[in-house]
Order: sequence, then C-alpha cells, then structure tokens
Amino acid sequence: MHHRRRRALGWLALAAATLVLAFTDKDWLEAAGFDWAVDYPSRWELPLAKAVSGAMAWLLEDAAIGSVGFTDVTRGIAWAIEQPYRLALALLSTGFGGGATGGAVVPALSWLAVTAGVAALGHYARDWLLAAIVGACFLYLALFGQWESAMVTLASVLIAVPIGAGGGLVLGILAYRHPRFDRALVPVLDLMQTIPIFAYLVPVLFLFGFGPVSALVATVIYAMPPMVRVTTLALRSVDPEIRDFGVMAGCTRGQMTWRILVPSARESLMLGVNQVIMLSLNMVIIASMIGAGGLGFDVLTSLRRLDIGGGFEAGIAIVVLAVAIDRLSQALARRRPAATRQTRPPSILLRYPRSAIVLAIVIATALAGELAPALHAFPADWEVTTGAFWNDAISYINVRFFDDLEAVKLFILTWLLLPIRQFLLGLPWPWAMLLVALIAWKAGGWRLAAGCLAMAAFILVTGMWEKAMITVYLCGAAVLLAMVIGFPIGLLAGISPAASRAIGVVLDTLQTLPSFVYLIPVVMLFRVGDFTALVAIVLYALAPIVRYTAHGLRSVSPELIEAGVVAGCTRGQILLRIRLPLALPEILLGINQTIMLAISMVVITALVGTRDLGQEVYIALTKADTGRGIVAGLAVAFIAIIADRIVTAGARRARLRFSAGVTV
Amino acid sequence: MRQMCLRAAAGLLSGLFLTTGAVAQVESEDPIKLTLHDWSGQLINTRIMGRVLQEAGYNVEYVQADYLAQFAGLKTGDLHLAVEIWETTGREAMDEAIATGQVVNVGATGLEAIEEWWYPLYMKERCPGLPDWEALKDCAEEFATPETAPSGRYLGGPVTWGGFDEERVEALDLDFVVVHAGTDAALFAELESAYQRQAPIILWIYVPHWSTSRYEGEFVEFPPYTPECYTDPSVGVNPDAAYDCGKPRGPIWKVAWAGLQEKWPGAYAIVEAYTISNDEMSAMVADVDLEGKDIEAVVDAWMAANEDRWRAWIGE
Repeated sequence: MHHRRRRALGWLALAAATLVLAFTDKDWLEAAGFDWAVDYPSRWELPLAKAVSGAMAWLLEDAAIGSVGFTDVTRGIAWAIEQPYRLALALLSTGFGGGATGGAVVPALSWLAVTAGVAALGHYARDWLLAAIVGACFLYLALFGQWESAMVTLASVLIAVPIGAGGGLVLGILAYRHPRFDRALVPVLDLMQTIPIFAYLVPVLFLFGFGPVSALVATVIYAMPPMVRVTTLALRSVDPEIRDFGVMAGCTRGQMTWRILVPSARESLMLGVNQVIMLSLNMVIIASMIGAGGLGFDVLTSLRRLDIGGGFEAGIAIVVLAVAIDRLSQALARRRPAATRQTRPPSILLRYPRSAIVLAIVIATALAGELAPALHAFPADWEVTTGAFWNDAISYINVRFFDDLEAVKLFILTWLLLPIRQFLLGLPWPWAMLLVALIAWKAGGWRLAAGCLAMAAFILVTGMWEKAMITVYLCGAAVLLAMVIGFPIGLLAGISPAASRAIGVVLDTLQTLPSFVYLIPVVMLFRVGDFTALVAIVLYALAPIVRYTAHGLRSVSPELIEAGVVAGCTRGQILLRIRLPLALPEILLGINQTIMLAISMVVITALVGTRDLGQEVYIALTKADTGRGIVAGLAVAFIAIIADRIVTAGARRARLRFSAGVTV
Repeated sequence: MRQMCLRAAAGLLSGLFLTTGAVAQVESEDPIKLTLHDWSGQLINTRIMGRVLQEAGYNVEYVQADYLAQFAGLKTGDLHLAVEIWETTGREAMDEAIATGQVVNVGATGLEAIEEWWYPLYMKERCPGLPDWEALKDCAEEFATPETAPSGRYLGGPVTWGGFDEERVEALDLDFVVVHAGTDAALFAELESAYQRQAPIILWIYVPHWSTSRYEGEFVEFPPYTPECYTDPSVGVNPDAAYDCGKPRGPIWKVAWAGLQEKWPGAYAIVEAYTISNDEMSAMVADVDLEGKDIEAVVDAWMAANEDRWRAWIGE
C-alpha cells in the first residue's frame, strides 16, 4: 500500500512539473543555453521529404526490370482496371457507341430498368420489403435529379468494391496461413488506414495517370484494410470442430479454405464487405477531385457556388446509395438457398421470373426510349428539389442565432481550446517525448515505449513538431468533447432500444454524409478558425463512442444483471456497479475508434483553414510535392498509431486488472 | 477480321467518352482531353472551347481534375489542355511545369483576373473614407471580431494562394489580423453569412466570379502594384518594406501539354486564337450561378450568338 501511494505521488509530481513547464515562459531555458529545447533547430532537420521526392522521381523515370519500366507496369494495371470501369459506366450512364451529340448506338440502361433491376435483386436476396426499400432509394435518386451523377458514382463503386473486398479477402487468407506475412502486413495496414489520402494522391496520379482509375486506386487503398483484418480474424475464430471435420474428410488446402473456412466465416466476412462499401462511398468526394466525377463532383460544385441545399441533396444521395448497396449486400450474404423445387417449370421464363421481367423492362425501355423519352431518362419536370428549404433554414439560423452561437463559441475557445493549445505548444519537446515514453512504458512496457519514442522522433526530426502539436491539440479537444457528448447518448441507446434505433439512423447519416456538406454551413455560423474545425471533427468522430458504449452495455450477460437484481440493487446501481464496469473494455475501444476518426478528419479541416499537419498535407497536394505530402502524412499516421497503441495497451491492462478483481 | 474487331472495339471505347464523330479532316481522331474544375466560369470556358474544337472536327473528352494537381497530368500527356490558369494563383505551378519542357503556355484567354481586398457596400457607412486604403487605418476596429478586437479581421484566401497579405498589413501599418480560409467555398460562406446579417467583413475576392454580381461592394484601392514594389523595399509608401502596394492583376492563360501542337496542329491554332472577355464571362457565370440556368444552355446561346467569331478561329 505504501509503495502504491509513493508511486501515485511520483506521477502527481510529474504532472505538476509538466504544467509548470508548459505554462511558464521559457526565457530561463534560453538564457541557460537550452534554446534548442524550446524550438527544435532547423539545422538538425533531416531532408526526408527531398529523399522521398527523389525516390519517386527515380521510380517514375528510371526504375525498370529489363526493358519494362515501373510506370509501364502501373499504367498496364490502370488499363486493366479501366476496361471494366468503362463497361460499367457505359451500361449505367453513357451508353455504347456514338457520342454526346450523335447519341449512343446502344443506349445505357434506363432509370426504370435499373430501379426494377435492383428491386428484383432485393426480392431475390430477401423479400418484398427489401425490394421496396432499395427500389425507393433509387426512385429517390431519380426524383431529386441526382440520377446521372449517381450512376457515375455507382459505376466506380461497382468496380472499387469487388477489388477492395476480393483483394482484402486474398490478403487476409494469406495472413491467416502465414503468420510471418501477417506480422509484416499489420503495420502496412495501419499506415494505409491512417495516412491521409491526400498524402498519396499525387504519387498515385503520377503512376496511374489522370482520371477515374487513379481515383479508383486511391479508393481501394483506403477501403481495403478493414476487409483484410476482418478476414484474418474471422478465419481464426472458425469453430475448431468444423476445421477438424474438414481434416477428417480429407480436404486439400484449397478445399479447406474455399469450401470450409470461408463459407463458415461468411457472416463476419460480410462485416468487412460492408466496411469496404462504406469507406468507398466515403471517398467519393476526394475521388471526384481527381477525375471520378459523379455525386462527389456535384457536392463540390454546389458548395463552390454556396448552393448549400444543392450540396446537401447530392450528399444525401450518397447516403441513400450507400444504404441501398449496404442492405442489398447484407441480404445477399445471409440468403439461404431455397429448398430445391420438386417440379421444374417447363419454360425458362417461368424458371427465372425475376430475370425475365427485368430483361423485358430493359429491352422495352431501350426501344421505347426513342418514342417516349420519359421511359428512358427521368423527365426533368418531374424532379423535385428541397434546396431552397435548406438555404433558407441556414440563413434563418444565421440571422437569428448567430450572436448566441458566438457566445458559446467564445466560451469553449477560452476555457477549453486555448488552454490545451497553450499547454501543448508550451511544452519543450524533450519533456514531451519523455512523457510519451513514460506513458507508453506504463501502459505497455518498454517495447511500446521504444516504438512510440521512435515515431515521435520521426515527427521531430522532419521538422513537423509544432504542426503535430496543433494537430494533437485539435484532435484531443475534439475527442474530449465527443466523449462528453457521446457517452450519455451511448448510455441512452444502451438502455432503450427505441432510442437506439433513432440514434443509429442519425449516426449512419453523419458517417456517410460527406463532411464537406456540413463544413460550409458550420463556417457560416462560426467563421473560419479552429472552432469550426473542432465542430466538424466532433460531428464525424462522435459515432464510435456512442455505438461502442451502447453495444457494451447491451452485451453484459443477463445472468450477471439478474444476480444484481437478486442482491437487491437499484436500477441505478445495476447501471453504475454492474453494466458500466463490465462494458469498460468496449467503451475504451470506442474511445480508441473516436481518436482514429478524429485524426482522419484532420485533412478535411485543412479546408477551413487550420494550420496543422492536415494543412501541410493539403499544401503538398496542391503543389504536387510527393515528398512533403508523404512525410506530413506519415507524421499524421504516427500520431494516430501512438494514440492507438497506448489506448489499446491501457485497455488490455484495465481488463486484466478487472478480471483479477472479479476472481478475488 | 482482326482489323475489323480492333476498329469495332475502338469505336465502342471512344463511344464511352463524350465524343463526336469527326466531320472534317483532322490530324488525329484521338480525343483531346480538356480539364474541368469546380467553378462555373471555368466549366463554361472549357465547354465553349470544347464545342469550337468539335465544330472543327476534333474529338474532345472532358476530365475532371484539381486545379493544381492537373499539372501532373499535363506533364505526362494524360491531359492535354487547361483553359483557365490564373496569373494570380497558378503562376508558380505553371512556371514549374513549363520549365520541365512538357507543358506550354498557349497565350492569354482575354480574361483579366483582379484579386484584392473587398468589402460589402454597407461597410462604407461605418468607414466613410473607403475605398481609399488609408481609411482602413482609422476604422480597423469596425472590422473586428471578438477574437481579434481591437484589431480588424481580414479574411484571406487559402494559404496556397499566397498573396502576401501578412506582409502587406505590416508594410502599410494596418491594424488587421490576417486569417486564412482553407478553401474558396469557406471564403464565400463567411461572406454570405456576414452579408445576411449586414455584419462587418473584409476579405479576398477575385473576379471574374459570381460574388460581385450577388453582393454589392467594392475593392479597396491600394497603391497600384508594380513588380518593384514587391521586390524593392525602398519603392512605395513605406521606404523600409516591400509589399506596400496592392495585389498584381493579370491575364488568365491557356496552358497545354507540349505534344498538343505536334499531334493536333489545327487544334493548337484554334486554341491559340480563342479569346473571350471579362464582361461576356461575368454575364454567363451570373446566368448559371444566380439564375440557375444550365451550363449547356448558356454555352449553346454563346455559340449561336458568336458564330462569326468562332468560325474565324477555325479558319472558315
């Protein structure tokens, strides 16, 4: 006991020293000749950015195996991806043959045909209800005038998702089979998920050429990692008895994988596919900046002319598309083959009634399109728009409540943002690195401490320290706020199923709606500055803390709760003493995810004028400076990884301590 | 047979782009790729250029691309023509690209870019000396927000636009804090918000742009720009500092992949001849952004009204 108290005192002293160091002025340090500790001297910086740019130039111009250059290989891959994409685009949007003015020889599928097609797929996958839902989603796209763009987006998603999911599956299986490959892959996946996409956009453009293919490649890089992780995890958790059965039946390795393991892990694998779809649609805006077109482009153009309603409608169309594709893919994965029919219907049409109907509509609308264009392209005068409503709503709030909002903003700025900022920027870097190492050592031992220290050192020697601290400050404040707001909402959702459903819809929308859509109204209400960035990050990063808290509370085993009831606990006691402590690991995971999302928003907030690493990545993008972008991107990734490792290790310790407490 | 298959495949592929069949004899039927950005003026400009090229028999394809990232594509020949590179914002990237020898400047579009500090007209009542810049010295506080008070707040463009506003504020001894919007959209979102509330604002505006049709206001009149003012401290109002003048104004350039002239000499000549004026452009941009007209319709109207002009460019 004595020992523990002394250790606690030690930490307290450390915290006090840190606070004093951060908030007092550091003239005495400079006077004592330690000015290098206050500002890292630029003459100590390593020219890593230049080295990366140089390596990139070599890769582009000189790298070759024999006479085949590296760029020839990447351009070949680009060509191979482009073919199916062109096919999908022709089918859904542009039609085959001919051109814009001449008219296509074979027209694209009509809006009626596509809607009927997805509805039939919904019916095939589950039932009439699903058919109605996806049909309604596509009707919405037509009705709100988003059809053309939505089909362009759909075409790229139709290509990106199979590549992402298929590639992820294969990599996941390899990692499952070869532990060494797995160990090498994990850090790569971490980087793929945490390096902001703007950072590698320029090299991708150089390697794969300008246009939709580069956008597809970037999308796949970003959307694939969850699939790999889910696959490895799902295969590992397949019931050993099933595997033994396979061995006994004498399966070969291939049979074992494809006939036994993958099918039994289907449910979990679909979770990965779902993530790939969601992340691909998340990328739509950024992809449109480099030539993907579609809904993302509409959002950008609308917002550039301050048509907030227009941007909002295009954004909602992305959400609707995501919902339709997601529900369809979930249902398809869960679908159990119907019992084999006893009698085979005599005609092929009767055997495949859905396909027959859809085919009939496809042909009929294609032919009749010449006579009655409404059957082929949705008529412009049937379209509705709610754009004016959104514009008016924002302007009403702006005129009416700006002063109140300003007061709230000033309060949070003065009492939360500025102190954190001052603290982080005031801390001399050697002290900050020492703290990181100490905390990492406490949470996960000396190996974690060494890793974290190395990553922090990278940020330091590349001259990114100050920008990194601004990033940490913005994300840290956002995570704090997200926890304060999200935790009670999560509690509510965990206790009441009805509230949970309503909250779920809001969270889904917040996560799929491109953040750019709400960024601009937020600028109107709060002006350009750190607070606006903070609001945007909180909105985006709120979801995991809510979800995981609710999930943790719900999955506490009923027996334990019953035991509490028997012991005479009140409802409040059950919540505080039983459900919350047991849900702690889930809640920590939620915090971890919230941190990750907050850091991934950093680049987006550069668009409202922050001065952090996100801005650095963005500047590098606009200057097409590969090295600068990659180095800043890595710095962002390292911040995310340090935070992730420390929180995860801390969560593991908490769980161990808790289970030890239970057994005692 | 193989030839036929190839040709059929090529036809099929070209059909997937926005192309037209070649009418007249052209040097190559490969599509000329024009870049589209995310502001209406550029979209209109590019579509008109594309239509004129099509009238001359060339195949044209439009590719959406980021304003600055497009230089990567222009250098490799993935993209062929960008019709709006602003002297004021694109000069650095353009010079860098031209220096590689893979990109060429095909000349001015005839559009003149103006970029300067701008305020809504209602601010003139609160700061009567405007538009003369010296008025800003006395009424900086009129432009203050709680975060910047008592200094005024000037909203500059994204950091990537440059502009030397921090230096300008210093050199001209203006009591203003420079805040950078991250994007163009954020810049105008603030203007819209302030305009709705008739609240104080002064910010970076550029023309040709729809904002000057939508909002009433004026540019601040700084001492006019000269190259020496930016480089030589002794020139200008403040003998000890550079940047003691307004921002430069300048043409908007047409920029192409260096191979364009060789592959499509006729098209290159058309691109060279193409010009359009600020007034024409402002009117068309207002039609699209404020009246909500279709870009296609506006371009059609221009093509119909200016047939003599574009026929001359084609050389008919």
